[in-house]
Order: sequence, then structure tokens, then C-alpha cells
Amino acid sequence: MADTSAPRKKIEVKVEKVHVWPYLVRIEFLCAIIVIILLTVWSITIDAPLEEAANPTKTPNPSKAPWYFLGLQDILVYFDPWFAGVVAPVFIIVGLILIPYLDVNPKGNGYYTYVERKFAIWIYSFGFLVLWISLIIMGVFLRGPGWNLFMPWQFWDPHKVVALVNVDLPYAFGVRSYNMAMLFGGAVVLGYFAVGTGVYIFMERKAIKNVGILRMLIKVNLALIMFAIVIKIVLRLGFNIKYIWVTPWFNI
Amino acid sequence: MAAKPPEIPNIAEIMGKIKSGEIFGQIVKKVTESQIWTSSFRHGYADTPRNRVLQIASNVWLHLHPVKIHRHALRIKFTWCMGGITFLLFLSTVVTGVILMFYYRPVGEYAYFDMKYLQYDVPFGMLMRNMHRWAAHAMVITVWLHMFRVFLTGSYKPPREFNWVIGVFLVTFTLLLSFTGYLLPWDQLAMWAVTVGTNMARATPFLGHEGPFQEFVFGVSPRYDVRSALIGGSVVGPPALLRFYVLHCILIPLVAGALMIVHFWRIRKDGGISGPL
Ligand code: HEM
Repeated sequence: MADTSAPRKKIEVKVEKVHVWPYLVRIEFLCAIIVIILLTVWSITIDAPLEEAANPTKTPNPSKAPWYFLGLQDILVYFDPWFAGVVAPVFIIVGLILIPYLDVNPKGNGYYTYVERKFAIWIYSFGFLVLWISLIIMGVFLRGPGWNLFMPWQFWDPHKVVALVNVDLPYAFGVRSYNMAMLFGGAVVLGYFAVGTGVYIFMERKAIKNVGILRMLIKVNLALIMFAIVIKIVLRLGFNIKYIWVTPWFNI
Repeated sequence: MAAKPPEIPNIAEIMGKIKSGEIFGQIVKKVTESQIWTSSFRHGYADTPRNRVLQIASNVWLHLHPVKIHRHALRIKFTWCMGGITFLLFLSTVVTGVILMFYYRPVGEYAYFDMKYLQYDVPFGMLMRNMHRWAAHAMVITVWLHMFRVFLTGSYKPPREFNWVIGVFLVTFTLLLSFTGYLLPWDQLAMWAVTVGTNMARATPFLGHEGPFQEFVFGVSPRYDVRSALIGGSVVGPPALLRFYVLHCILIPLVAGALMIVHFWRIRKDGGISGPL
């Protein structure tokens, strides 16, 4: 084991190659044993659930998707299914795929750093930890019958009634005619993206030459979509706003 | 050094040998020089650089690895071991899944009772089912953690952009694998979770019968849209069970397995695990 006795400080400085056998293989082997033991113990002590036989005439309340999709199921409260169930997942997948092509910051490649890429880490951690993980935790533990929120100490009352007092945004602003409301809502939504994009491009105008305008447009609009989800949640919970934009074809 | 058995057993001497490890060396020597051992194993393993390379290069399983790697790639603090654990959990589901397949029939009338039979009558059936299910759930968690670490170390940056793209497909297929498997026990939990999940597809723009703009596409109805193509009908029934079974046991594992091979190959072609240089 002559290799491991090399001075530790040097490791960071110079690329040193070591043999995979035994140095990596032994770690993998150990790791595999530990994981298999944990899995076996877990499987001996806790049984996988098996409820009564499937019955299409008996809908459980609440009906929950598998836990890993509960983040998406939870934004169904705030969005129609075409967005929460179809368009949002597509945006998530496409957005993730695009990350390496949008993030052109050459720093922080192959090591942990926060200071050299604060923005990237904030965005990803926010999306992953807040929008994905915490909504899942909420969906698993706090969503009861009728998809109502229950605190852990509260009884899951299937007859809990929550008054539906939500109104659409244009209505809240006093717009009463259907067509005017449609125009108003459209203006708010499109305006949000236009202003957001404009402000970002203006503030980062020096970067246009290096980063490229197309890249910046895609980046800022994906970020705006993510923030829009948060804004919609806040509008609903804080101001009882149902839709922002109502059209004959879709509602946002 | 030839071992001289002491005439009178001396406790202190024996303890000393145990402590210094000398006794272990003696036992090894005795065993490896015995006739049984020497007739079974033609030669020992000499720890030479050449042999270290050959261990990897001439073994079909190990040669997924390069023979040499950067020292920093060994650090668990860097990789969290999460990619490897994800792969291991995948392999565990393959092994336990094959055993489950011996007892399970994806037919509306049988599926649920096959689960019961598996749990109560098949030796180790419950254990196999538990291991399969928990490994699948754990895999979902570890693949997210793996992705998170790859993001935090910026390992998707050039030249590894494409491996990140493959990774995004892998995480998607991991979720789909788990989701299609969720239906197979054919109990209330399964049926309604999948009902909730697949109901979303009704609202697919253009192609779902409740989605925006579906009125502009000819022929979209509850019986013929993306959702019914997925579940083989307008409700989650026996055709959905069969479809999910085939997707779960054949199509998705094959695609995911192929993608994993490409993923591992690209790690090597991109210069090994990313590192600070
Ligand atoms: C079934 C799922 C997956 C398996 C089995 C898998 C396996 C692995 C393994 C064994 C490694 C070696 C280093 C390590 O363990 O961290 C690795 C590296 C890598 N994986 Fe994955 N992975 C999977 C999913 C993903 C996902 C979802 C992503 C990202 C979206 C991803 C992106 C990468 C990248 C970019 C590397 C190179 C890391 C580096 O050079 O530091 N993989 N993968």
C-alpha cells in the first residue's frame, strides 16, 4: 500500500492515477455489501403494502399518485391538469436536459463550490428541494381527504368543507366582461414574460456577446416559468386567485 | 521463516503471536501449502502492477472500469457513491424481479391472488417482494441524490454535457419503471395511484380528450386518445395491467439498461470522473 502513504496535501494539486484494482474495486465491494445488508434488513422488518383487491367502484379518498409524483399532484391544486400533469413535467425534463447547454459558466467544473456559481446552485436547489422534495413531503404527510391540508395532529375528516371563495384575477381587479377579462389575463401573463425577459436581457446586456441571445432567452424564460409556479401558489393561498387568464381553450 | 511449534504451550507467547498477527500468517501458510489447496489453485495472486491491470482488463464485468483512475475519483465525499448504488439497486430489482415473475400472472383475475400466494405460500416470497419494492423506491431516491451531486460538482459541464442528457433520460425511465410496477399488485393502492397518474394524460394538449385544443384534432375521444393508448381502454382495467406488465418487465428495463451502458461508457470516454483540473 505504498500509494496511500503519499503526502495527503499533494492529492489536490497533482493528478495522480491509481489502480482500480484494488483501490476502487474494494470500495465498491464494501459499499455493495453495506447496501445489500441494509436492503435485506429493511425488507425483513417492513413489509411492502398490499391493500384489498382492486375495485373500480370504490374510490379511496384521498387517491394519491405514487409518492415520487406527489409534487406534480400537489400543483394540481393551483393549475389545471394540462399544465400540472403534462406541460410542467415536459418543461422539467426539457429544462434539465438543457442545463449543460445553458450554463456556460466555465468555473466549478468537477469540484464543490458555492461562491463561483451561486445563481446556478440557487436555482437548482430551489427547484429540487423546495418545489420537488418539500411538495412531495407535504403530499405524503399533510394531504388528506379531498386533498385538503391536515396538520399531523389533525383528524383526517372526510367531510371537511373548505369554502371555495376563489375568483379569477381579472375579476379581482374589477373586470367583469368575459372578453375584457380574457384580454386582461392575457396581458398579465404575456406581460410577465415580456417584462421579465426584457429586464433580464437589459441587466445582462454585456453578457449577450459571450453567452448568446438565444441561450439567454431560453434561460430566462425557463426561470420565469418556474417562478410563475411559485407566484401562482402565493396568489392562490394568499389572495384566493383561481385563474389569471381564462380563455375558451385553456385556463392558467 | 519456518514455524517451530513450541514444545510447552506458553500462554504469553501465544498471545503475543495473536497480537502481532504472526499466528495468522502461520495459518495462511499452512492452508495455502496444503495438498488440497495447491492441487485446487495453480498459483497465487502476485500483487504486481501488471496483475492489477489484468484483473480489470481481463474480466468481463470489471472491465467496465478503466484500469487506472484519478485518485480523487475514489473519494466518497466527492461522488457520494450514489451512481454506483443506483446501479446496484437496479441490479437487485432485476434479480428479485425475475423471481417474482415466476409466480405472477398479469391477468385481472389472477394478479392479486398471485400476490397473496407469493406472500403467504412461496418460500421467501414476501422477502423477495419486499426487496424488490424497497430497492425500487430506494433507487428513485439515490438517483435524485446522484443527480444533485452531479449538479453540485458541476460535472455536467464540458465535456460531460451529453452524459447529463443521458442521465435525464435515465431518471425519467427510473420513475417510469417504478410507476409501471406500482400497478402490478392489482390492489386498491395500485389501481388508484395509477388512475390518478394516468388521468393526467386526458389533459394532454391536442391529444387528450380533455386537453386544450383537442377539438382541433380529429377523432380524439375518451376511447381514443393518448391516455387510452397507454392503458388500453378508458379506465385502468385488465388491459392496462397487461400493458404495464410488459412495459415494466421488458421494454423499460431494456431501454434503461442500454442507456446505463452508454452512460458508463461515456464516463470513460469523457476522461473519467470529473475532477478539479
Ligand atoms: C439509473 C440511473 C443512473 C445510474 C445507474 C448512474 C450511474 C453512474 C455512475 C456509476 C457514475 C460514476 C460516478 C458516480 O458514482 O457518481 C455516474 C456518473 C455520472 N452520472 Fe450517472 N447514473 C444514473 C443517472 C444519472 C442522472 C439522472 C444524471 C443527471 C441527470 C447522471 C449524470 C451523470 C454524470 C454527468 C456523471 C459523470 C460525473 C462526473 O464525471 O463527476 N446520471 N453515473
